[in-house]
Amino acid sequence: MITIREIQEKALQGESSFAATCENLIQKIHQRSKLNAFLSVESQRAHERAKWADEQLSRAGGKIPAHLPLLGVPVAIKDNLQWSGSRTTCASKMLENYCSPFSATSVSRLERAGAVILGKTNLDEFAMGGSGEHSAFGPALNPRDETRVPGGSSSGSAAAVAAGLVPVALGSDTGGSIRLPASFCGVVGLKPTYGRVSRHGLVAFASSLDQVGPLGATMEDVSQVQRVIEGFDPLDSTSIREIPPLPLAVQVRGVRIGVPQEFFADDPSAASGLQPEVRLRVEQALQKYESLGAKLVPISLPHVRHAVSCYYLIAVAEASSNLSRFDGIRFGTRGPRVGEAKTLEDFYCENRSLFGKEVKRRILLGTFVLSAGFHEAYYKRARIVRELIRADFEVAFSQVDLIASPVAPTTAFKLGEQNLNPIQMYLNDLYTIPANLAGLPAISLPVGSDSLGLPVGLQLIGSAHSETLLIQLGRALEGSL
Amino acid sequence: MTPPKFEAVIGLEVHCQLSTQTKIFCACPASPPSGQSVSEIEPNTLVCPVCVGHPGTLPVLNERVVEYAVRAGLALGCGIRNDSVVARKNYFYPDLPRGYQLSQHDEPICENGSLEIQVKESPKKVRIKRIHLEEDAGKSSHEFGVTLVNLNRAGVPLIEIVTEPDLRAPEEAGDYLRELHAALVALGITNGNLQEGNFRCDANISIRPSGSERLGTRVEIKNVNSFRYVEKALHFEIARQIAVIESGRSVIQETRLYDSQRDQTFSMRTKEEAEDYRYFPDPDLLPISLDEAWIGQVQRSIPELPAQKRIRWESELSLSSADARRVASDPESTRLFEEAIAGSGESPAARRTIAPVVAHLIVGEVARLKESEDGEFRLAPSHLQELAAELAKGQLSSTAAKKILGLACRTGEAVGSLIDQAGLRQESGSDALLPIVDAVLAENATAVAELRSGKEKVLGFLLGQMMKRSGGRGNPEVLRELIKKRIQGI
Repeated sequence: MITIREIQEKALQGESSFAATCENLIQKIHQRSKLNAFLSVESQRAHERAKWADEQLSRAGGKIPAHLPLLGVPVAIKDNLQWSGSRTTCASKMLENYCSPFSATSVSRLERAGAVILGKTNLDEFAMGGSGEHSAFGPALNPRDETRVPGGSSSGSAAAVAAGLVPVALGSDTGGSIRLPASFCGVVGLKPTYGRVSRHGLVAFASSLDQVGPLGATMEDVSQVQRVIEGFDPLDSTSIREIPPLPLAVQVRGVRIGVPQEFFADDPSAASGLQPEVRLRVEQALQKYESLGAKLVPISLPHVRHAVSCYYLIAVAEASSNLSRFDGIRFGTRGPRVGEAKTLEDFYCENRSLFGKEVKRRILLGTFVLSAGFHEAYYKRARIVRELIRADFEVAFSQVDLIASPVAPTTAFKLGEQNLNPIQMYLNDLYTIPANLAGLPAISLPVGSDSLGLPVGLQLIGSAHSETLLIQLGRALEGSL
Repeated sequence: MTPPKFEAVIGLEVHCQLSTQTKIFCACPASPPSGQSVSEIEPNTLVCPVCVGHPGTLPVLNERVVEYAVRAGLALGCGIRNDSVVARKNYFYPDLPRGYQLSQHDEPICENGSLEIQVKESPKKVRIKRIHLEEDAGKSSHEFGVTLVNLNRAGVPLIEIVTEPDLRAPEEAGDYLRELHAALVALGITNGNLQEGNFRCDANISIRPSGSERLGTRVEIKNVNSFRYVEKALHFEIARQIAVIESGRSVIQETRLYDSQRDQTFSMRTKEEAEDYRYFPDPDLLPISLDEAWIGQVQRSIPELPAQKRIRWESELSLSSADARRVASDPESTRLFEEAIAGSGESPAARRTIAPVVAHLIVGEVARLKESEDGEFRLAPSHLQELAAELAKGQLSSTAAKKILGLACRTGEAVGSLIDQAGLRQESGSDALLPIVDAVLAENATAVAELRSGKEKVLGFLLGQMMKRSGGRGNPEVLRELIKKRIQGI
């Protein structure tokens, strides 16, 4: 893997210009095209931008200017974020040839900070999936073991970082879509507090849960990108107006880490098939924290056992509505037989047949749970449960500073292994979903590997706007396991 | 007359376009540049990625829309919700860009108000159930075997004003709509242009045996954009429903459209085909939170409404109820009238003399001139005030007043100098008028004889001849007196 510092140091030392680094990485992307991490590579655009970065560097007298902290840094963007002038496909046939008319706020903030965007990365179609296999353009592969999935839905972003194709990438996380692939690929992934990064330009899956965030090789890099992309955006009504001031430098000594009994229960049904090796690595990481002076506090989150059901009601309901705009009328692709449509209904059916199976499944579920007669029993009840889960966290954070858990019950599984059982696939999100429901920040960091050499991830969940604390704690563990 | 066998029960939903600069959720203009009509604008030019519904775009609520809705709510006596919710109304149609319309569902911004109308000279309160915010959809047109979609209108802000089923006759519905229209225009929240579709009405109507308390099956008549057509559509629908019931069948719940050319309604869709809109709160927008201080501020900005003005004008200024209604229903007429009266001095007696004359000029001659003049309309309130004063003093005939008004509209010159220039100052002196009287009487011996024998009718004829000879300047009252004196041989 490569880091921001390495790349900028090389340019500062005159060892490798930004343009040369950019060329090398693009070459590497092509060499590793089998990974299918990228859906589009904008070589020409990236090259010009890297040359521009070199000029800026020499103009600034060989220093990185303060207002361009990411100068020359190659980045990759999940292909559900709009980047003006390039295609944004969401890994769907529906948007195969859709060209972005504007840039997402997070993307333009990266550009404004001097970054060089190399291209757009693969994902599960419309960010719906946990393995990366639900891409209309073929799955991305896990660079650690190409017979395995990289995890999803930010599959390409995680794979690109893990394969050293970019130091950092943007992803989006609705129920674990940054943290899960970060864990499977052995990189760092941060899902920020809801509202901390603008959603403007992120193609919505479930608006009340979606959040844009960084994936990177190191805590330092993830933190640096996060500082660039976060902040109030008048184009997103749910974005936070003022981010609360950072706490003073935190030390691991004295930090109270909550360990929810529900996530580590011996009852296998409660922990939903937590692999012993995953559990072991996570517990070792917690012991390490203890040895550094942190205090482990057993806590309970009594309602999180309903989190998966609650999530799959709210997320699909919002998705069914969010995806209604894809009708082939104003943009996007039309179905091949749309010319034969006799009625308006035929027209819609034909165009919307371009959605993949998993997307269709979720639209159907969402339409059902919102429909008259079922709305109260499903959607309304799920919203009530969501409040209970939020309250669980509030109680917990009155006792602890952060909460630790595995990111996923398993390490990366084989391609095709879970394809036949959507429920099994949904249960992979067991540990990651609660943070989305409660709008809390959470980070996934590598804490060693299983006997096959596959990475294991530790998740730290913080209270709202505690990103700095999460990163500091992550840093304390970095490289020590 | 036997009482009618059936009674109609009518409730109305009005969609009123708000006159904000920009659309409800983006920065596109809400209406064409001034002077241009919606139909003249190139399709799909008043649009941006937000109102076209591009993926990744998010709505940002226009605060002015909230203010206008609250203004309407307060003026109609509604309670204002401190926290209201924008909801998604999900349905598929080619001119609905996102596949859902942003509207309000179970937590609308205003609730429980009323509007008073006059039914047979006595006041009637029409209860208003709710007012909510929503965005307009685009416009589809079907021609040459294809459907064309124009999204210029998509995202234009609307309020929907829903009554309780309190109306009992098509004319009551018409009166309510006229009164509501006048009030919303006076509040300055809509241009109220009916041709441009600024004010569209859906009517819910059912009938029931007179005296019954139970509601019949209702039919919804969609999207009628003239007050007269609403009345006609309701008349047709009442007759149709009565015929259905009297023939032993029952009315089915459905949505119907009104065809104004054939003057009838026809079925659009039945209840079975009705959509399930799957409403839920829009997660892209925060709840609309309003504090009491802000609501109070909006309350204080609300002007006197047409209905209140009318009542005041009738009692304080002796206006006829017809004139008062017409002046009050149009903001420009109201402005002309109020400024003319304000310029006529403080004395209530003077105002009472001037006001009815000014009002009458506004609803009569001024309205006619506005229709027919194409140049710049230079009429100022001072013109009306001066003209009314001249009329009241008997210095000007009504024919001459019309002439002066026309000149004033075109030239903008002061009334006094126009009268002098045109030589139209009314002649009331006997010395100047007597020669005319004598000449006309001498030329019309037969008529004079008839008048002497008591046929008062010919008086008008003789008067007309004298007015003609005086060039319209003779004061008819004085002339009448002079004729009488001559005939009686005084």
